[in-house]
Amino acid sequence: MKALVAVKRVIDYNVKARVKSDGSGIDLAGVKMSMNPFDEIAVEEAVRLKEAGVVTEVVAVSIGVAACQETLRTAMALGADRGVLIDTAAELESLHVAKLLHALVGREQPQLVFLGKQAIDDDAGQTGQMLAALLRWPQATFASAVSVAGSGVEVTREVDGGLETLALDLPAVVTVDLRLNAPRYATLPNIMKAKKKPLETLAAASLGVDLAPRTQQLNVSEPSARAGGIKVPDVATLLHKLKTEAKVI
Amino acid sequence: MAILVVAEHDQASIKGATRAALTAAMQIGGEVHVLVAGHDCAGAATEAAGIAGVAKVLVTDAPIYARALAESLADLVVGLARDYGHVLAGATAVGKNFMPRVAALLDVAQISDVTAVVAPDTFVRPVYAGSALATVKALDAIKVVTVRGAAFDGAVDLAKNGPGAAAIESVPPGPASAASRFVSQALTTSARPELTASRVIVSGGRGMGSGENFQLLDQLADKLGAAVGASRAAVDAGFAPNDYQVGQTGKIVAPELYIAVGISGAIQHLAGMKDSKLIVAINKDPEAPIFGVADYGLVADLFQAVPELTAAL
Repeated sequence: MKALVAVKRVIDYNVKARVKSDGSGIDLAGVKMSMNPFDEIAVEEAVRLKEAGVVTEVVAVSIGVAACQETLRTAMALGADRGVLIDTAAELESLHVAKLLHALVGREQPQLVFLGKQAIDDDAGQTGQMLAALLRWPQATFASAVSVAGSGVEVTREVDGGLETLALDLPAVVTVDLRLNAPRYATLPNIMKAKKKPLETLAAASLGVDLAPRTQQLNVSEPSARAGGIKVPDVATLLHKLKTEAKVI
Repeated sequence: MAILVVAEHDQASIKGATRAALTAAMQIGGEVHVLVAGHDCAGAATEAAGIAGVAKVLVTDAPIYARALAESLADLVVGLARDYGHVLAGATAVGKNFMPRVAALLDVAQISDVTAVVAPDTFVRPVYAGSALATVKALDAIKVVTVRGAAFDGAVDLAKNGPGAAAIESVPPGPASAASRFVSQALTTSARPELTASRVIVSGGRGMGSGENFQLLDQLADKLGAAVGASRAAVDAGFAPNDYQVGQTGKIVAPELYIAVGISGAIQHLAGMKDSKLIVAINKDPEAPIFGVADYGLVADLFQAVPELTAAL
């Protein structure tokens, strides 16, 4: 069975995002970009399923400008067999991404699609669920354990009260959470090998998806900073201040 | 156009996140309807009907809604949504799961995790782990919105001597989804308040050193009537269960008092708690970023300071 993994190029996890002074967005000029951390976990899970003999091919897909090829090379260095770049410079919303992925699923016919549960840039957390809806496939979000058996997959999900396990028929969409696995590091030999793996580029326009905006970003601003506090010398002072100054206990 | 708020509940009562979503709905303006889809959920429906500002409660009571599975719940909501200008739900594990499915089936955008209502079609939402606030206008006819519970006060019940409760109307169930089935759940049982609803939270990080050491926080929390939370580092290390996680990808909280113990204060953690009214940090590293947001910082060994604080309460 084939697995498709969607990977997004985002601001690196360790970089603090800076708001542009004109309020038009985040300043990404010269900022380090990496694969969305959740998507790395998604790639790792698909690759582990291949290593376990469950999945026969892992296809990574990214959507965006040519620089997303780097993200696909990273996915291939982690073990994906080939990459597909859906090339577009358009500002995409989750619904657009889901529709483009929907079109690609039609061509690739995977049984499992893995995505990160959210991207750390827009923090929207929508794409996987939207893709599942468009495909009319079952979905399991926030996965912390995945086990494929026969024509189904059992997924343990991180929910507000603890854990929940669902059984889904395949094909299905799974979005992954932090504790599903610890992604491997790309070794130098694997990075070299990844350069030779096939990477196909498709023009987004060729997929027949309407990319007209559904939302309009009016402004992006810095949140108001918290006023700095004070250091207290000992527990007694802390307790005194909590009781008499802040009056919270 | 009226607003539909999809309730999250445990069949007997309505969750706090739904009350926050109701407040957001009332700020948008218009008649507010609540959908209670569940199984043996009359208790939750009655409670919803008694919340001030709710005009009507729609109830769908069927076994397929016992677990809020995204597939069947989304189909039900989509069947009702065409009569509404907005569909809202709390940005909880349940809301985040089914609402994007609703949006895609309606062929509309979703505005996730909103923290303020600017206009009926315009909302503020945090992006980049709360490093920025985006003001977004939804252009679609139906606005699908998830609401951050910590950003809105919960809608309150009608005064006992106030006007009557909302009408409760029964709605037939939608199609069942056979392709997704509930297998089991393992919920963390605790006598303490729920993390997102607690007035006080005691939270531990990697500095706790082990799961056993979280007992120190349990004891402090018991004295304060607090919930216990954790940073991602502590959960990843296995010190605390996943549902304790506070942060960008965990729970977003804004209690009156947040006590961060042995937490360095990575931006991803701050994203989940920096709107707390009062923040106390206990950390042995005076350079820890958590002190940058703490109202009261105590540079100390937590293994001495926490028991001392507990004993003094």
